[in-house]
Amino acid sequence: MTALRLLTLTEIRLFLREWMNWAFVIGLPPLLLVILGAVPDLREPDPGLGGLRAIDVYTPILIAMAVCFMAFTSLPTVIADYRAKGVLRRMRTTPVRPQAVLGAHLVMSLLMAVLTLTLLLVLSSVVSGVALPGNPVGYLAAYLLMAASLFALGLLVAALAPSGQAASGIGTVLFFPVLFFGGLWVPREAMNDTLRTISDFSPLGAGVQSLQDAGAGGWPQLVPLLVLVGWTLVAGGLAARYFRWE
Amino acid sequence: MTIIEVDRLTKRYGDQTVVDGVSFAVEQGEIFGILGPNGAGKTTTVECIEGLRTPDAGSIRVAGLDPQQHGAELKELLGVQLQSSELPAKITVGEAMKLYSSYYRAPAGWRDLLEELNLTDKLGTQFRRLSGGQKQRLSIALALVGNPEVAVLDELTTGLDPQARRDTWGLIERIRDRGVTVLLVTHFMEEAERLCDRLAVIDRGRLVALDTPAGLVARVAEGQRIRFRPSGPFDVAVLEQLEEVTSVERAGPQVVVTGTGNLLLAVTTELARHQVIAGDLRVEQVTLDDAFVALTGRRPLTEGA
Repeated sequence: MTALRLLTLTEIRLFLREWMNWAFVIGLPPLLLVILGAVPDLREPDPGLGGLRAIDVYTPILIAMAVCFMAFTSLPTVIADYRAKGVLRRMRTTPVRPQAVLGAHLVMSLLMAVLTLTLLLVLSSVVSGVALPGNPVGYLAAYLLMAASLFALGLLVAALAPSGQAASGIGTVLFFPVLFFGGLWVPREAMNDTLRTISDFSPLGAGVQSLQDAGAGGWPQLVPLLVLVGWTLVAGGLAARYFRWE
Repeated sequence: MTIIEVDRLTKRYGDQTVVDGVSFAVEQGEIFGILGPNGAGKTTTVECIEGLRTPDAGSIRVAGLDPQQHGAELKELLGVQLQSSELPAKITVGEAMKLYSSYYRAPAGWRDLLEELNLTDKLGTQFRRLSGGQKQRLSIALALVGNPEVAVLDELTTGLDPQARRDTWGLIERIRDRGVTVLLVTHFMEEAERLCDRLAVIDRGRLVALDTPAGLVARVAEGQRIRFRPSGPFDVAVLEQLEEVTSVERAGPQVVVTGTGNLLLAVTTELARHQVIAGDLRVEQVTLDDAFVALTGRRPLTEGA
């Protein structure tokens, strides 16, 4: 379908025209990876992390963080902004369905996410000698499921926020707890039982766990995958239920 | 041939009836105006025609299609310019035109449209960098890119400077010359008078008149109006007793006399008899403004308001 293809292409162009996206979504995760990779201590095996190096643990967390930027800053802000400015309303007067703009955003976000993933994996491997995922299929599947659950949450924010600015605010507020339970500040391995349990059921915690499992060469476990599917369905369903075009 | 038929359209928001039994028919190829004060129900009426809102009662047909049931087909025939509807800030003019033309089965050539709307040199300019007039022209171009049979233009010239407004009027006439029926929503009298073949005047959700601009004026013809600045104080009662005079009003230093027949002669003669000289004397014809006031009991917004 030409309209959807052109919409996706246009949205990619618009995405790349925002310096915020270059700074945070595209630039920051690789930069952090390189900085962390340059710290000698983080490159030594740590018995507290089960003999893994900190950089090995942080790589999937940074990969998850990149998706979070997209899901909580870029996606909801743009969609809520389109609604507030009447962009979606104008589309409603044409034969194209406004849903197409959501579809274009999801396709674009997934493309960007896969691009960032590739970039981060190559960088971590080259710069810090982090092993590439032992189970690439499982890794990609876990990654896409995690991205889907986060994008669904982002769309829910877009559905509920009255304006682009409000969406940006809510997205930022959500961003930090989600990242916290994903293990950005305290790796999941180092969390106490309570935090660890909450983390297990958070989208990023379940996502990072699945990435680590597949990265180590195994398959992601069933429970984290179900957690991801659950978040996708609940948040996605609520987003669809409460979404307003105007 | 009738292209839009609105029959006893009613729309309520909560317990407030914003459109109340409005009926009119738009003929193919005409510029049909919907005129009324802010909040009269004009926009709601056209939004029902566009299929953006569901009527509570009454029926609408556009080229024989019911907007609620055949929305998809209708949108191929309808080009809509919405009140305050923007584009993404950083999309360029060319990208927007190309994108919007991809939405339609049989789009018009978008490059020709840009040429016609004098936007070709803005092809690579981002939406946020366009002036108000350029944004409006782009908005018109987007409304026409689907090669519509009917163009609905809502408050097209609001917020434009007088020159840009006049340019836009020329454009609307050119749209009609292409054979497109134009449904124009406005609260500017001058615009309605200049452009519209026929006008529906809506006030408080009701259709209060449906006629040509000249017909509307004739309907409320109270004759003529004379405005002057008297050279000295005098009792306006001497004018009120004249047979030709229907009313006398003081407007600041000026006196405004309305009446019929040979009003000018009667008034100047009577003033001369009382040694009053009428300075800055002007004779005015009744305008659409007056018709509007007579029909709705309210002053319309003037240009620039």
